[in-house]
Amino acid sequence: MHRRCPHLLGRLFVWIAGGFGRKLPANPQTIVSMFWDQQIETMGRSALEQLQVKRLQATVRRVAKSVPFYQQKFAERGLKPGDLKSLEDLRRLPFTANADLRATYPKGLVAVPAEELARLHTSSGTTGKPKALFFSRKDVDNAAELIARCFVMTGCTRDDIFQNMMTYGLFTGALVMHYGAEKVGCLVIPAGPGNSEKQLLLMQDFRSTVLHITPSYALYFATYLESRGINPRKDLAIRKAFIGAEPYTEETRRKIEKALGVDVYNSYGLSEMNGPGVAFECEHKRGMHLWEDHYIAEIIDPQTSEPLPDGKRGELVLTTLCREAMPILRYRTRDITSVIAEPCPCGRTHRRLNRITGRSDDMLIVRGVNIYPQQIEQVLMAVPQVGRNYLIVLDGLDDMTVKVELAESGFDGRVEHLVGLQTEIVNRLRAEILTKPKVELVPPGTLPVSEGKAKRVVDNRRL
Amino acid sequence: MSAVKLVAVFVENKPGQTARITKTLADAGVNIRWVTIASSGPFGVMKFLVDKCDPALEALKEKGPAVHFLDVLAVEVKDKPGALHAVAETLGSHGVNVDNVSGFVANKRAVLVLETHDIPKARAVLEKQGLRVLTQEEMLNL
Ligand SMILES: [Zn+2]
Repeated sequence: MHRRCPHLLGRLFVWIAGGFGRKLPANPQTIVSMFWDQQIETMGRSALEQLQVKRLQATVRRVAKSVPFYQQKFAERGLKPGDLKSLEDLRRLPFTANADLRATYPKGLVAVPAEELARLHTSSGTTGKPKALFFSRKDVDNAAELIARCFVMTGCTRDDIFQNMMTYGLFTGALVMHYGAEKVGCLVIPAGPGNSEKQLLLMQDFRSTVLHITPSYALYFATYLESRGINPRKDLAIRKAFIGAEPYTEETRRKIEKALGVDVYNSYGLSEMNGPGVAFECEHKRGMHLWEDHYIAEIIDPQTSEPLPDGKRGELVLTTLCREAMPILRYRTRDITSVIAEPCPCGRTHRRLNRITGRSDDMLIVRGVNIYPQQIEQVLMAVPQVGRNYLIVLDGLDDMTVKVELAESGFDGRVEHLVGLQTEIVNRLRAEILTKPKVELVPPGTLPVSEGKAKRVVDNRRL
Repeated sequence: MSAVKLVAVFVENKPGQTARITKTLADAGVNIRWVTIASSGPFGVMKFLVDKCDPALEALKEKGPAVHFLDVLAVEVKDKPGALHAVAETLGSHGVNVDNVSGFVANKRAVLVLETHDIPKARAVLEKQGLRVLTQEEMLNL
């Protein structure tokens, strides 16, 4: 493997810092400005953008040469690879939709000869065919490289003991994190999910410091520890948890942090883009740095497909820049987020993504405003008097009513407190979604209990 | 001497709610001595004076709705014009806010039920005016 010189320096830095790791107190101050690849992670914006253009041009040339799907799309648009001169030209490229990846199953959008393929992962949706995702040897290594950046960014060193509690297999999550942790030099325990007794034993015997786990299993595991009388802060060595595979709220993060005595770092990834490690939080935990030397991120209006400026919420569109086996242009992730362009105190120049607040499929348009049910959920769950259930009802011409179940503990017998609470919720919602909904407080247990994927929206509009 | 304890129930403002709640209380053998309903748009709060508070609360909780005890002041006034005004003015001039007020006459005795956030102060002010503040037992035995 070729290593660039600055890269080696970055790595050396980690080794030095890591070498004293065991004797240092677990003080967050000690992790400030630790980098896996300092040169790339802190490179100036214009140099980074030049690198993006160069890599984008190479990617476009390669797919134009060897991927029939893109050849056809380019032909339809009368587009030649040489037309691409700057990042502005990105918008002339075709989108790749989820359906396009399904339609090309099982062959995939492969751009290299079959003998170059080193790994297959699949991503199964809830409906229809799965997606076939191919990696070359170099792609697998790149995915691990990005994870190594993420690990070090959160303060991990080669002294860490990484217990991987995710499912190994066709799912990308566990393997990619596994390789990344090995690259950093952690001791990796490929525990896989489930069997809490065994997990606990591993944590006790090998003093695991970092976990990779789903949010639901993390919460379950916390109650398991409690039932066994284990205080994770005193009895275990766990310090960090990387939570993945399922969406979770800020509230859940805090719950896990409190219950397990760990720092939880948000991350973003999808199997179409190597799985985890596309974007990850640094120690400041304010947005996730997206590795822009490997991906170009755009935010678009999901309705019009027009690009949106930094800071505006819309659908995330990703283009791979370093993928060999299966480059993907302008992939519609259907994930809703926004870009934070302001510099981060950690010194990394790669821009950050805000927490994913929904799926573009779920978007509602009320009085011309794009609204995601998850925005409403976020607001409601931050109000202590509110229970777990709510329902968004759209009716009339374009009226939105949010029915909100009161928590048992949210009632003190006073009607004026309920009126005040209702007004407070209206104001909070208005600040978030920029239109004033009607709010109806209802007693606990009144709304239909949602099974599995919550059906939170009833649209009775006749538009 | 404690304030008068009511059982407050949070209900949806729709047909059949009152019947549902009162049936629950009847089934629990709870006698309702007095009731008031404050509604605001889509919801309301029913407030009961009952002979057995704890069984009433338990029975309602079992059925699901949000319930809570609510302390109020019951003050006996003269059954004649200006009585309510006198109480309101006394409280107002001492800076006591009243959130809700209702009244009734039983056996020729007029009683005002006051909801306020500052029960001790309200009581002190009213007693200083020579008004009688009733206990739970007195309310139930009217
Ligand atoms: Zn940062």
